[in-house]
Amino acid sequence: MPYTARYKGLLLLLFVIVVLMALLNVSLGSVEIPLKDIFNILFTNTTSQESWQYIILEYRIPKVFTAIFTGSGLAVSGLLMQTLFRNPLAGPYVLGLSSGASLGVAIVIMGASVFGAGTAALLLSKWSLVIASRLGSLLVLLAVLLASAKLRDTMAILIIGLMFASLTAAVVSVLAYFSPAAQLQQYIFWSFGSLGNLSWQEVSILAVFWFLGIVLAVFCIKNLNTLLLGENYARSLGVKISTNRFIIIIATSLLAGSITAFAGPIAFVGLAVPHLIRQVIPTNDHKILLPAVIFGGAILMLACDIASQLPGSEYTLPINAITSLIGAPVVIWLLIRKQKFIF
Amino acid sequence: MISTNNLSIGYRNKSGDTCIASNIDIDISEGELVGLIGVNGVGKSTLLRSLSGVQASLSGEIVISDKPLIKLSAEELAKTISVVLTEQPISKNLSVSELIALGRQPYTNWIGSLSKEDRAKIQTAIALVNIEALKDKRCFELSDGQLQKVLIARALAQDTPFIILDEPTTHLDMYHQAYVLKLLKKLTQETNKSILFATHEINLALQLCDKIIIMEKDKVSAGTPKELIAKNAFSNIFPSDLIYFDSESVSFKIRT
Repeated sequence: MPYTARYKGLLLLLFVIVVLMALLNVSLGSVEIPLKDIFNILFTNTTSQESWQYIILEYRIPKVFTAIFTGSGLAVSGLLMQTLFRNPLAGPYVLGLSSGASLGVAIVIMGASVFGAGTAALLLSKWSLVIASRLGSLLVLLAVLLASAKLRDTMAILIIGLMFASLTAAVVSVLAYFSPAAQLQQYIFWSFGSLGNLSWQEVSILAVFWFLGIVLAVFCIKNLNTLLLGENYARSLGVKISTNRFIIIIATSLLAGSITAFAGPIAFVGLAVPHLIRQVIPTNDHKILLPAVIFGGAILMLACDIASQLPGSEYTLPINAITSLIGAPVVIWLLIRKQKFIF
Repeated sequence: MISTNNLSIGYRNKSGDTCIASNIDIDISEGELVGLIGVNGVGKSTLLRSLSGVQASLSGEIVISDKPLIKLSAEELAKTISVVLTEQPISKNLSVSELIALGRQPYTNWIGSLSKEDRAKIQTAIALVNIEALKDKRCFELSDGQLQKVLIARALAQDTPFIILDEPTTHLDMYHQAYVLKLLKKLTQETNKSILFATHEINLALQLCDKIIIMEKDKVSAGTPKELIAKNAFSNIFPSDLIYFDSESVSFKIRT
């Protein structure tokens, strides 16, 4: 597509903002650490207090990386789904990935009490939640892929995804109904989402999935652009519709599925960031949109994380609420200001 | 250029094949403008879809430039046939030049970067259709007639020897119907491309087309407008209770 050069500067600007936000994020937290010491810890590895070094290296920096991977990954999945389904309401979870994940987690947390308390202690380690969540979303993904192989119509996949979401939500409700309050609370806390308490090991596993998902998305760029003409035109331009659809779905599940496994179901970012970016950068070229959405997602997530720890207090609000609290007004404001929304 | 040999078209179902039309023998040469006419539901779109390789035909053969259609890869096909379709869910947010540039997709590299040659072809397409003034507009700002021209320019940018249009004159007023069909005529003359279009504008098609294909329920006939008029081929296209073909004025008239 023509005229992409003029957006390169904007992309660079977005990248710089990501770096600045990351640094700001590291410097803020419930324990106040002077900026000088933060730079010393980061770049010279010397510090006046051991505990500060531990907080920065083992807590804040992994969290910054989690925020970057989570925000950008969800935003990219949102973009992929919006283009694939030619629908502005599509987000990373339209295929039912988060409901699958929540079903997996609900079964581990609440199922134990329903099916017998003996296994509860065994199952409730952190990794079991990650694995259950991943298995749950994988199960839904397989079902959606199986259905999509039978279907020619892409829109039908959207509806099937929604149906799986309702189905799993219903099972979760039944489980919740029979669960004691303690388990219910634990499940609800999971569903709030959380960027903190990921170890370096977990962050690096997340990074691998993120990287694979992004690489697949990059290879889809050309076909994503062609899909803007609708599937019939895309086919006439040599796009293999069902192969392409398959790759896009796999990329989305690699990104959104693993993010949900590690950080919980974080809503909104995936839906909103592509719209925010389109308002700032009025292009349809995914060569520009994809990196812009990666940076935009990271910026929004880092900003939300800063807001969620309420600077100066020891409370940390649920990230899932903050993303909507901050993001929704911004999207509404941008749309009203432009007074025109053409997808 | 493109010819069919005892072609049958239709749909394959689990319960058996549904044949829409059979014994289709047509051939279209280089630089010919060919109109496809027939009543609603007779299978014009099915024929166009079969010819453009989107839908598998039931039996018989389609040959393009001496090569069977089914032997062409998706990429070769995209470099041989371009299409102009109506009422597609095109992102109306695309700018005119972005949309036309997408016609170059079969030629661009893995990430879709435009080469110098691609840009030149896009410029040529824009010039041929005479839409320089629209270049920077977005599609939602265009009238139906303008959008149709832009879609034709996109097909031209795809740079294929054969272009298929499905009812390019729908939603257009009489002036723009004539404008679009004259444009197609001009394109066949200036670029030597073969253009096949389905239309309900029989009167216009008769005046402009080199060849006309008539689809009826049980037969498909083709020829130059003159041959077809001489054979009185138009009198059976429609039920005869309301309109009839007047061979003197070469147009359909209402029965009074």
